[in-house]
Amino acid sequence: MMATVTYREAIRTALREALTKDARVFLMGEDVGKYGGSYAVSKGLLAEFGPDRIRDTPLSESTFVGAGIGAALGGMRPIVEVMTVNFSLLALDQIVNNAATLRHMSGGQFSIPLVIRMATGAGRQLAAQHAHSLEGWYAHIPGIRIVAPATLEDARGMLWTALEDPDPVLIFEHQTLYNMEGPLPEAAGPVDIDHAAVRRQGKDVSLITYGGTLGKTLQAAEQLASEGIDAEVIDLRTLRPLDMPTIVSSVRKTHRVVIVDEGWKSGSLSAEIVARLVEQAFYDLDAPMARVCSAEVPIPYPKHLEDAALPQVPAIATAARDAVGHRG
Amino acid sequence: MSDESTAVPVTATVPVAVSPASEPAMGREHELRALHEMLRIRQFEEKCAELYSAGKIRGFLHLYIGEEAVAVGALQALGREDAVVATYREHGHALARGIPMGRLMAEMYGKQEGCSRGRGGSMHVFDAETRFYGGNAIVGGGLPIAVGLALADKMQQRPRVTACFFGDGAVAEGEFHESLNLAALWKLPVLFLCENNLYAMGTRLERAQSQTDLAAKARSYLMPGEAVDGMDVRQVEAATRRAADGVRRGGGPAFLELRTYRFRAHSMFDAELYREKSEVEAWKERDPIGVLTRRLKESGVATDAALAAIAQSVSDEIDGAVRFAENGTFERVEDLAKDVYTPSEPRSRSQELR
Repeated sequence: MMATVTYREAIRTALREALTKDARVFLMGEDVGKYGGSYAVSKGLLAEFGPDRIRDTPLSESTFVGAGIGAALGGMRPIVEVMTVNFSLLALDQIVNNAATLRHMSGGQFSIPLVIRMATGAGRQLAAQHAHSLEGWYAHIPGIRIVAPATLEDARGMLWTALEDPDPVLIFEHQTLYNMEGPLPEAAGPVDIDHAAVRRQGKDVSLITYGGTLGKTLQAAEQLASEGIDAEVIDLRTLRPLDMPTIVSSVRKTHRVVIVDEGWKSGSLSAEIVARLVEQAFYDLDAPMARVCSAEVPIPYPKHLEDAALPQVPAIATAARDAVGHRG
Repeated sequence: MSDESTAVPVTATVPVAVSPASEPAMGREHELRALHEMLRIRQFEEKCAELYSAGKIRGFLHLYIGEEAVAVGALQALGREDAVVATYREHGHALARGIPMGRLMAEMYGKQEGCSRGRGGSMHVFDAETRFYGGNAIVGGGLPIAVGLALADKMQQRPRVTACFFGDGAVAEGEFHESLNLAALWKLPVLFLCENNLYAMGTRLERAQSQTDLAAKARSYLMPGEAVDGMDVRQVEAATRRAADGVRRGGGPAFLELRTYRFRAHSMFDAELYREKSEVEAWKERDPIGVLTRRLKESGVATDAALAAIAQSVSDEIDGAVRFAENGTFERVEDLAKDVYTPSEPRSRSQELR
């Protein structure tokens, strides 16, 4: 049986399932309760599960994220919602200095089974303090796992697997995806958070992306198909650890690579993938690798400038054509 | 626990004792035990300073000497079921909490027999057995964790207390205010124990705080807050017991400002340009170990023989701890990446779901 759901509803269903299945699970964050969540993800959960398990917090990112760490140490399975990735910088100390380090630094005595969810990305004219894509920064940090659901199945399925993980998992939900609607099997459930997924099979070029740019990349691939270019689209799903075997096996087939990432290029996740492919698949490459990323500017407010700053379908298609057309 | 403000000028250069509400009574054995515990910390750290000079201990080493009454008094008032969150100046808390001295010394050496397998060193002491959650080298970084541990206890209806130690420097951090507010708002069982030794590294309290009455800040979050003479182990224990009882009964968090003083430099690299020697000397007159020893001798509780026996026991324990650390082993380099993540069953189970 298929039901038509939104990405938002898929996450809500996952939250409801987790709260129902495990008494240790609770949700806390800014306006997750009475307000219903700033992106309405947790709407209705307060009435269903009560204020003990759906906790509205003060605007104290560092402390409610740190309290999530402490509660996890104390035997709970907290889900902490941070409104957007830009706000998570106020909690960076707790995430980087505590959540990511305590297990290793304590010689393996303490695990932190904490899940932190946050919205990321641009596209809704929110300007430079609500629209950045900093998940690549987090992917820099050993000790935490970074995932980015780009599909309804992953929105529905990644949360429970993340909760089962004994270590901190950060889930990045691109803010343009919340209204994405489509069919989802009613029996949909947990999915793995270890592997990248090939979302479109192809043989001419590997388009590697994740999260908010998966849709644009698939559109570009359709356009390319009409021109006779058969693009493979890889959804990274997990940004740390990167599933290099899936990426490398695609590159061995296509020999050409375009990486699409809403993060900036400098010191970035896209740069990391390029570096690893140089290390692991250099002799399989038939063309220079290309990247389609955000312009190196703070994301601006007006629509035309925001659009110009972000990876778009024509730029992805052009980069793919150039890669395919390249003659060494 | 009293909710009244104390009128003691906290920034006085010459130390002023906070007058106790009443003389807390402690039995003979208990007082001797307190003395013994403080001496263990003092002499452990004297030995650490020596070993630092000898190159056996590296990194940063922050000594607690002068502040022993705080850790010993406070931790004598807590139970095994309670949790402790401490700072980077935490050798005293670790010993008073019951982490074996040998394991602590091995940690200082970076040996895998250390309480954090040698991974953390002086500033990052962890011990699951005694519910000791660090050792945190980020000033204020432990407060949110303590709030979370207490939240877990409250949600699971366990009558436990989380004792959160931090210094006067942490009071300037946003996390101090966020954490006190959240703990008070949610009535969480946290006991905030502020060790006010007057200096955040080299910055004296009145150079960092517009309001130097730290307990007043806690009271502004509507939790009981009280200043205590942190140089008197009996006062610390009595105040902690009162406060912890209230917290354990579900009254929400409480705050104690423990007025104390660090006799040694901030770390081994501090030339102490920011304070006068005379100030240090004046505080040394109130050395918690000296004060208690004098009192026990004058009252006839401690004979010279009893004191000598304690001294011998401490000295033997330190020798044993150094031996244990010296004989310890370094972790294999092959295990460098061990415990960055937890090896887990659920992972493979989830993989099957794919």
